[in-house]
Amino acid sequence: MAQVTLNNVKKIYAGGVEAVKGVSFDIPDGGFCVLVGPSGCGKSTLLRMVAGLETISAGEVAIGSRVVNQVEPADRDIAMVFQNYALYPHMSVYDNMAYGLRNRGTPKDEIDKRVQEAARILAIEPFLQRRPRQLSGGQRQRVAMGRAIVRKPQVFLFDEPLSNLDAKLRVQMRVEIKKLQRALGVTAIYVTHDQVEAMTLSDKLVVMNGGQVEQIGVPSEVYRKPASRFVATFIGSPPMNLLPAKVDGHGIIALGDALLQARDLREDLATGTAVEVGLRPEDIEIASEGAAGSLPFDVEFIEELGATQLFHGQLAGKPFVMQAATGDVAAQAGRLWISVDPDKVHVFHAESGVRLGKA
Amino acid sequence: MQKYAHFKGLTIPLLLLLPQLMITVVFFYWPASQAVWQSFLLQDAFGISTEFVWFENYRDLFAKPEYYKALINTGIFSFFVALFSLSLALLFAVMADRQIRGAEVYKTLLIWPYAVAPAIAGVLWIFMFDPSLGMLARGLQSLGVNWNPRLNGNDAMTLVILAATWKQISYNFLFFLAGLQSIPKSVIEAAVIDGARPMRRFWTIVFPLLSPTTFFLLVVNLVYVFFDTFGIIDTVSGGGPSGATETLVYKVYSDGKGGTNLGGSAAQSVILLAMVIAMTAFQFRFIERKVTY
Repeated sequence: MAQVTLNNVKKIYAGGVEAVKGVSFDIPDGGFCVLVGPSGCGKSTLLRMVAGLETISAGEVAIGSRVVNQVEPADRDIAMVFQNYALYPHMSVYDNMAYGLRNRGTPKDEIDKRVQEAARILAIEPFLQRRPRQLSGGQRQRVAMGRAIVRKPQVFLFDEPLSNLDAKLRVQMRVEIKKLQRALGVTAIYVTHDQVEAMTLSDKLVVMNGGQVEQIGVPSEVYRKPASRFVATFIGSPPMNLLPAKVDGHGIIALGDALLQARDLREDLATGTAVEVGLRPEDIEIASEGAAGSLPFDVEFIEELGATQLFHGQLAGKPFVMQAATGDVAAQAGRLWISVDPDKVHVFHAESGVRLGKA
Repeated sequence: MQKYAHFKGLTIPLLLLLPQLMITVVFFYWPASQAVWQSFLLQDAFGISTEFVWFENYRDLFAKPEYYKALINTGIFSFFVALFSLSLALLFAVMADRQIRGAEVYKTLLIWPYAVAPAIAGVLWIFMFDPSLGMLARGLQSLGVNWNPRLNGNDAMTLVILAATWKQISYNFLFFLAGLQSIPKSVIEAAVIDGARPMRRFWTIVFPLLSPTTFFLLVVNLVYVFFDTFGIIDTVSGGGPSGATETLVYKVYSDGKGGTNLGGSAAQSVILLAMVIAMTAFQFRFIERKVTY
């Protein structure tokens, strides 16, 4: 077990394409770090650099106190779980798990002990003599996990391990991965494009976009105070509503004719500065018509989600979504008056998209 | 529910199959049945009288030591050609599979020999290894090797093996390269992280995963050596010296054309036919089971 430190890590491909543009963060010993972002944001490349499957163009990766830039993947003391499981198709489940130990010259009885133990933890004991193709997707996923845990590595690396599973199994395996990582206390780096996986698994969330880190923090903080417009729309489902607006004095935003209070707003902004105001669909409350700070919302149609309903429509001429518990609001098209708690109003710079919060 | 569209009746399917069936009948079934028929006949040297002799041609064949010699020659020839062409092709394919500069050019160049006709390939090798003209033969002689494939049976065999191997490497290379490229990259990466060094990775992961390809190529190569090497042997050695490079397929030709023993020649080709049918059946049986993953 060890902490992992990335210091200004870059990946520049031949031809000058910069896939990762200088990323720095560290993961404490036993921490669970999730790298999340859209496809092509460099998160997988970053993980592969930690694994040693890609060369590091610049910067440093350290596992424990050792800089591993020049260390072979096999000697980095890591284990990786791949998206397509990458099991050895011609070997039994037992041999798949034992392979890494055999390559390292582990004594036979020790191998057997560890494989049996991993099989017990993952409940794959009945399949030890089977070939991977005789297993279901979920079972293959467990074998891939087993192959990682028998090695007792310092760091687990997960490259979108759940994206080939169906939705139900994904939720189940997500919980198991988290439990397993807690129980073993091994530092983990997990790459995903799924923001639900990112929120639920991580104790440190790294949101990436275009080869750069947009925000690093604990999931609740990333959700409550997204550092940029990108993070605001990427984390949270349905995504945050964004509306063009202007600063109208200290802590006041003009949204069309209506004025909105925002508590987390820099105080040195000139009146009239163009901003974007972000309102999460789940933070919207119903107000009485014409009340101070209330906004007119024209509902066009309603999506039923069971426990909640999504109200789609227009606000100040822009598409807008509101989420409400089923039964709280009459489910019909027409005008509603809404308001938002000033603590839950997010303001971003209109051009750069940076959050304009208090220092 | 039916997955595919089905034709009703027989007319359309038969019409669609007809061109292929006609080619097969005219160029395969007809000559093959002629050979079977002829293998039961004995004809005098001038083709004036023909006699139906049942299995006498076969009996004669198995009574002659030359036939067993041709059988052994074929065994040695096919063993070495298959061994060399498969192992060299695999080596080249593994090298070409790496991400290196110039790999495309290298691959293209390796494929060229396959486009050379067997007789031309034979001529090329004669020139290189001709005891009085050949560059390589002179090189060997200057090293003190008494090289003369015209007189020495082993030299002649070596030469036909080299020529036949050279010709077959391209074909095997293509299949091995395709086989290598179909192994998922992540499986290899998993083995890297699992601490397998390149040689160990090759023998424990890559080679076993290539085994369906290898097995397929083995059968194809044997069939190649049995039949398609006729042109090479004919140009390089003509079966000589004194029958040292006479393989089964070459003997069919030399007995039938040179020896004018049409019945005996036909009997030999029937035996060859049976061998190929056996090999192909064996391949179909196994490639669909055991060896595939």
